[in-house]
Amino acid sequence: MKDTFDPKANYKATRKKIGYQPRKKSDQKTYDRIGFMSGLEVHQQLKTKYKLFCRCPAGIYHDDDNYDAELIRHMRPTLSELGEYDGTALMEFKTRKNIFYRINNENACTYEVDDTPPFLMDKEALEIALEISLLSKLNVVGEVHITRKQYLDGSIPTGFQRTAILGVEGTIELKNKTVRLIQLSIEEDSCREISDVGHNRIYKTDRLGMPLIETVTYPDMVNPNEVKEACDYIRFLNRSTGKVLTGPGAGRQDVNVSCKGGTRVEIKGVSHTKWIPELTHNEAFRQWALLAIRDELKSRKIDPEKWAISHKILNIDKLSISEKFKKDHLQQNEKLVLVKLPDFQSILSHFTQPGKMFADELSGRLKVVACLEHPNMFHTEELQPTFDEKFWDEMRKTLKADEKDAMLIFRGPEDDIKTALETIQERCQMAFEGVPKETRKSFEDGTTIFERVLPGADRMYPDTDSAPIPLPDDYIEKLRKRLPKDIIDRYKQLKKWEIPEDTYTYILSKNLFPHIERVIKELHFDPKFTGTFFGQYLKYVEGHYKQGRNFDYHIVYGMFKFIRERKLEKNILYPMLPMIYEQPQMEFESVLTDIRYKPHGKEEIIAPVDFLREKFREIGRKTNHDAENNWIMGELRHRAMGNLDYAILKKELNSKK
Amino acid sequence: MDNDIFQGYTGKALAILQKYNVRVWGKAKMETTRGNFEGTVLPRAEHQDDEHIVMKIATGYNIGIDIKTINTMKEVGYSKANYAIPEQEFPYSKGLPGVKLFGTGGTIASRLDYRTGAVIPAFSPGELYGAVPELADICNLETEKVFAVFSENMGPAQYIALAKAIGKEIEKGIDGIVIGHGTDTLHHTAAALTFMVQNPPVPIVLVGSQRSSDRPSSDAALNLMHAMYAAGHGDIAEVMVSMFGPTSDDYGLLHKGTRVRKMHSSYRSTFRTIGHTPLAMVRRTGIEHIHKDYKPRRKDRNVKILPYFSDKVTMLYYYPGMKPDTIDALVDAGYKGIVIVGTGLGHVNKELYPAIERAHKKGVHMYMTLQTIWGYVHMFVYDTGRDMMARGIIPAGNMLPEVAFIKLGWALGQTDDPEKVKELMLTPINDEITEREPYNGYLVYQGGVPEVEEFVQKVRK
Repeated sequence: MKDTFDPKANYKATRKKIGYQPRKKSDQKTYDRIGFMSGLEVHQQLKTKYKLFCRCPAGIYHDDDNYDAELIRHMRPTLSELGEYDGTALMEFKTRKNIFYRINNENACTYEVDDTPPFLMDKEALEIALEISLLSKLNVVGEVHITRKQYLDGSIPTGFQRTAILGVEGTIELKNKTVRLIQLSIEEDSCREISDVGHNRIYKTDRLGMPLIETVTYPDMVNPNEVKEACDYIRFLNRSTGKVLTGPGAGRQDVNVSCKGGTRVEIKGVSHTKWIPELTHNEAFRQWALLAIRDELKSRKIDPEKWAISHKILNIDKLSISEKFKKDHLQQNEKLVLVKLPDFQSILSHFTQPGKMFADELSGRLKVVACLEHPNMFHTEELQPTFDEKFWDEMRKTLKADEKDAMLIFRGPEDDIKTALETIQERCQMAFEGVPKETRKSFEDGTTIFERVLPGADRMYPDTDSAPIPLPDDYIEKLRKRLPKDIIDRYKQLKKWEIPEDTYTYILSKNLFPHIERVIKELHFDPKFTGTFFGQYLKYVEGHYKQGRNFDYHIVYGMFKFIRERKLEKNILYPMLPMIYEQPQMEFESVLTDIRYKPHGKEEIIAPVDFLREKFREIGRKTNHDAENNWIMGELRHRAMGNLDYAILKKELNSKK
Repeated sequence: MDNDIFQGYTGKALAILQKYNVRVWGKAKMETTRGNFEGTVLPRAEHQDDEHIVMKIATGYNIGIDIKTINTMKEVGYSKANYAIPEQEFPYSKGLPGVKLFGTGGTIASRLDYRTGAVIPAFSPGELYGAVPELADICNLETEKVFAVFSENMGPAQYIALAKAIGKEIEKGIDGIVIGHGTDTLHHTAAALTFMVQNPPVPIVLVGSQRSSDRPSSDAALNLMHAMYAAGHGDIAEVMVSMFGPTSDDYGLLHKGTRVRKMHSSYRSTFRTIGHTPLAMVRRTGIEHIHKDYKPRRKDRNVKILPYFSDKVTMLYYYPGMKPDTIDALVDAGYKGIVIVGTGLGHVNKELYPAIERAHKKGVHMYMTLQTIWGYVHMFVYDTGRDMMARGIIPAGNMLPEVAFIKLGWALGQTDDPEKVKELMLTPINDEITEREPYNGYLVYQGGVPEVEEFVQKVRK
């Protein structure tokens, strides 16, 4: 009675069965079929002098090994204000992590490590966040209440993040739809993780306490591209104030996804919006696959209540496993534990994400909850089997398993075995119900891995160290007066100016709109030319030249102003910009000298045309009239630079035979 | 009781809630000039203004609504929160020592109070077991709430009640005693108990926490485990304080009740032994002794309870330019004992001499201690010192000012006789005055100095 089960065939068959298809081949119909739904939590660091709750300087980062002191904490779950323990909290408690914090005196004080109570909330940060709340059309609260939001992963030494709601129920206008906002909060940023191996997790505290806002949308997006569009919009809106940080890590988003019958799963810390479509696509299908697994288990008529794993700690010396395996995968004092998953054949190799299967769901949790390092698990349905059939037959005998059952072996220190077994039992039991609520970590390839149980509202409680901050009407009105234009209005204005649409993302993301607007309104340059110059040529220069110290976009405005005052023809902007971009401190006059600008009148420029025409005919490889004019254009271009519009020059050439 | 459904709301805010018939814990929908809001109305802290209503919104956050902006509101549901630490019976394990935990209040175990927005004490073996199940591996626990006061409200009456309760418990045969206490005046109580509970046969350990137990990174649980271990398994039968050694979750230190002082307003490692080394390091699994000689645990029950205290004692923190009328005023108010906290080796200015002489003649007992905290009073070095002794001020050695204050109160609770008081004051009961100061009894390092920086970076603190 030989087992003929083929995991590879099963993986392919299950992928087909759930109707998975790559994103490129998917359209709205695909997403309607699986009931794609997604919402966003967009985080943005604010540009302030100080951190949010202490007077450490904001935005000073250091290397992993550059620290003055290190200390250790452990996190314990506590009751939330409404009297419940939070699921995440209990999971993190199970993991028994030693959390190390590295402190650099330059950017962290005793507040960061929870040895000093919070100081008053930074006013500059609060005002920027309120401005963004108003731009997001949120209902601004009357009094800011600082709340503690539990994080037991250690990313914040207190065990909670101080956070406060500034507004609820807002909207943003996308091109074709309105997306509703749930809320906007101001909060302190968390630590940056250095490493997480076994039971030791190391953080550094430089980013900790930086002011951050979080904009949360309703799950109004119905396809992956729409999620990206909404995310871009929120990021551009934040940047339109000019008061937020840009650069790596300054903006990050958590993306919530579900499919029909699935549940809200949060993909954490996506740092580029361009990754969003692939991630959300795959997550919706992962949930769709988990629902198929649930249905498959249902059809096997198993009572989920009674379903239980059985296990045996194996005697490694008596196992027929290779020395190579021992060398590669077994650390000192580690045990191998054999586990039987009754009636689970074909479940482990069920498709979940491209290149991933249900077994990866177990393996991910074993790493996070039981602290077992990858590869932590080997099983009967691996696509590249670690052990052969003969070995597994032996194992089946050990736990009296038949071919309907799946088997796995995990490795780990004795102390972690209990938690590991509980974790396997728990995750498998969840398979009977469908999609567990969790947060997942994203990879660049668009797949995700388990990070932790999704926390609920149960982890919030009031910060007894801080007093509420009233926000009276006159204060809000004062802030309202300094708001920039809405992003959607900017979008419409760019369209009206007939600026090419492919430049909008760049213009809005770099917050170039205010500069373009000034050039057009104050200096009266042609809108289409100005927008294209910023949106295409400046982008080109940024991509091809090295930015000089202290360059900022005000200098570009200055350049426009300079040529307007000097009454120069605008085509001279093209050679000027790369120089100014690389050497922003240079005087504009010196730039003119460097590009060898000489003033010439129109007559002077076109004077040599007849001479050149003859010359061309002498060299004359071609008799083509256009080729002749082009050659002459080339010869005269430098003289025309800054003096005469090339289009006029061309016209002149065409009029002169 | 009528007011209870509007917990904490007063004045204008209360009037609005009453007008629209919305209760605390009611789910409310509000229309305001700033848009619509929906959430559960929460109690308001009493000391906060009457211009805002607090709500918890669906996402779990709290927000405040300015009542001036409210157009209308409606209660659409009601759900009262039930806040309780999951209580489970504390298991009895044969072979583990019996430890009695006395609760006095403070943050060692606490929960949120909506009335004040602050944390309030809550304490029973079951609650403790629910919050810190590891305790069951250390001892068999009994608890008794002697009183519930904040640390700053502890005083003579509480010291006496506590000393008597400890005496009873020792007689009954307990293996160790732990006292949960707020940290602000923990060292005052530790000194008082050292004098009031003499010759105890078992450890008496005072413990608190610098971060309330409603916080995930609280030091409460670990401090409690350390204290329970020291009380149940430790061999040092003295009155001690057990608190974090470093700020890290690592080991605790056992400090003598007479030599310990809170040295930082918020650090976890705030308690330090002054002028000596701590008695021992304590972990959940064992004790490492630092002192070789200590008073060991005994089988007998021969404890002496001396529950005396006179509240006619005060402390005077000297400052340059102090006027004699400050002392005159204290004497005229009927104070019988003054602990002076002097500068340098134990000095005050000459201007005070007549007042000191007058106090001495009226029978006021005066003892000199130090603002420097570390070191001995030396009144023979300068003339001023000799002048003061001639006028009746007695140098209190290296007794800490707070300890001298407690001891003088305790002594005057027993006698008025200057010689007897002096004998009680200057005869150490448990090292409140030591004969010698070890070299490592004073270690205050300066940050920024290269070798200190190196030490701090290498040795986790």
